[in-house]
Amino acid sequence: MNRRSVFKFRLYTADGTQNSAQALANLTALCRSHLPDRYEIEVVDVFREPERARADGIRMTPTLIKLSPAPPCRIVGALNQSQSVLLALGIEVIAA
Amino acid sequence: MKTTPLFAASALKKTPSGIVGFDELTGGGLPQGRSTLLAGGAGSGKTIFALQFLVHGARDFKEPGMFVAFEESPKRIVANLEGFSWNVADLQTKNRLFFLDAQPAPDLIQAGDFDLSGMLAVLGAQAKAMAARRIVFDALDILLALLPDAAARRREVHRLHEWLLSSGLTAIITAKAGVEDIGSQSFGVLQFMVDCAVVLNHRVVLGVSQRNLRVLKYRGSGFDENESPFVIGRTGFDVAIAHASKRTNGKVSHERVTSGITRLDTMLGGGYYRAASVLITGFPGTAKTTLSGAFAEAACRRGERTMFVSFDSDGAEVIRNLTSVGIRLERCVKNGRLKMISARTITGSAETLLVRIKSLAIEHGTRCLVIDPISALSTAGNELTAHGVVDRLIDWAKADGITLVCTSLIDETSNGKTINAPLQISSLADTWIHLNYLVQAGERNRGLSIIKSRGTSHSNQVRELILSDSGVTLADIYTAGGDVLMGTLRWEKEGAERLANDVAEVEGKLRRVTLDAEEGELQVRLKSLQTELVAKQVEKTLLARTTASHKGQITKGRRRLRQLRGGDLNTPEPR
Repeated sequence: MNRRSVFKFRLYTADGTQNSAQALANLTALCRSHLPDRYEIEVVDVFREPERARADGIRMTPTLIKLSPAPPCRIVGALNQSQSVLLALGIEVIAA
Repeated sequence: MKTTPLFAASALKKTPSGIVGFDELTGGGLPQGRSTLLAGGAGSGKTIFALQFLVHGARDFKEPGMFVAFEESPKRIVANLEGFSWNVADLQTKNRLFFLDAQPAPDLIQAGDFDLSGMLAVLGAQAKAMAARRIVFDALDILLALLPDAAARRREVHRLHEWLLSSGLTAIITAKAGVEDIGSQSFGVLQFMVDCAVVLNHRVVLGVSQRNLRVLKYRGSGFDENESPFVIGRTGFDVAIAHASKRTNGKVSHERVTSGITRLDTMLGGGYYRAASVLITGFPGTAKTTLSGAFAEAACRRGERTMFVSFDSDGAEVIRNLTSVGIRLERCVKNGRLKMISARTITGSAETLLVRIKSLAIEHGTRCLVIDPISALSTAGNELTAHGVVDRLIDWAKADGITLVCTSLIDETSNGKTINAPLQISSLADTWIHLNYLVQAGERNRGLSIIKSRGTSHSNQVRELILSDSGVTLADIYTAGGDVLMGTLRWEKEGAERLANDVAEVEGKLRRVTLDAEEGELQVRLKSLQTELVAKQVEKTLLARTTASHKGQITKGRRRLRQLRGGDLNTPEPR
């Protein structure tokens, strides 16, 4: 995997729920520390854009979709277990 | 999220479920705009119940519906429904039914807590787009199992509840559970949240599958609290209800229909009543089938559509066997009036049989129905339910104006004195004809008696049932010195009586002839005597005249003599 590739995320949230707020906070924190300057996060509120949620097959919120780099993957939940999230997203942990 | 509106006005409104019998049990259907929990074990029919509710709404009530599948893919569900006459694919293309695949992906990565908002948002948009009125969450337990703890489950159930209330959809939530599970933690929430709870059971009793349904609760409404058996047939669910509501207003007919045997009609004072239920009991081989066959033939002759359900033998066999006693059913089958059903090919519980018989009868437009024998319903494993089944059969036949003739086998080992028909139908039947054997002088003869016949005067006499190749008829039996004579003895007795009659007749004739002769003789004698009498009278008259003239001659002669002698004329005559 190219170390310099840009990570594109789409996070489906449900406005006003604790899980979604947590997920967004966790994702941002994770990207800042592990993918500085090479990440893009698009936040979609399922209540505002249900058609997109349907098209993407969203059932539970929050759902994080990694659009690139390949392979795409999706994670459900508040993303508070950062180690497993990193592993699932295929992000190499930068040795501190 | 919107606040929950109070459905005060609609609190008691009900949405018809489209499930035969269920709406009667609950007095109208499911609570409108509320949710119903449908619990039951695997294979108890939850999904079918829920789908039937949706299909009914979409097809018959212009109430589009949504189906959220947590357990099976919608494709498979639709494929599985091919067996029902629901035409789900058509409803899908017309946008009246919508399936949402909500199965958790097997490769789902879960990191932390989540909720159902995503799905509810999608559903909300869909509901708006298709103006949905009904929704089903199928196998919600699958989703709840994914949630990490009881608190999360409670929260999500609550979320769902709120969403449902605000959406105003009439919902069914199905969950895999037995009655005992429903009180448990996670289900407890579900149970309190719903306004109506229904439990489906599927038990196997002595190898026979028995399904039943029970309404556990229904807020703000009365309901039938008993377990009600149901079956799943071609049109879906059929819930058996104890008494069809239309029965109470059923029309009572005074019309009579023939039993097919003229002398039996006479015994019954004109035949069976239309829409009556007739029970024919008897030991094996007492001609129960023959009697019901005669009824069926007569019905077909009148041009009425008739169905003959045989549990004992194949339809063709029944026809062949009845031909031997002059009952010709094959032409009735050919012209389509008679439908022979071999019920041995129908397997399943008594309930299933009833539903099959009912649907076949309706399909055929049956006016007269024969079930031979009804005791076949109470086979092993069905004893408990058979009674109710027969009850409902009779109710249904009455309500639909179908004249029902059932035969029932009586165990030969049972005491012949107390005739106890199985299934206690004897008390439900309007007319009860009993056939038995009389073993006497080395032969067995069939006797027929009417045990009861409601509303008709009927003979109290036992008749002998005679089967011959020209037909079925009844003969009077002889009672001699307290003994009942049948068969050969009756024939002998009849012969003897005929002979005695003949002898008496000849004797009478002879006597008359003798008397005639005597009379003749007397008359001849009378005539000759009369002639003699006339002769004597003539003789007497003659004699009188002769004497008178003789006397005159003498007087004249004397006078002349005296004149001649010149004597005294006044001299008295000598004497």
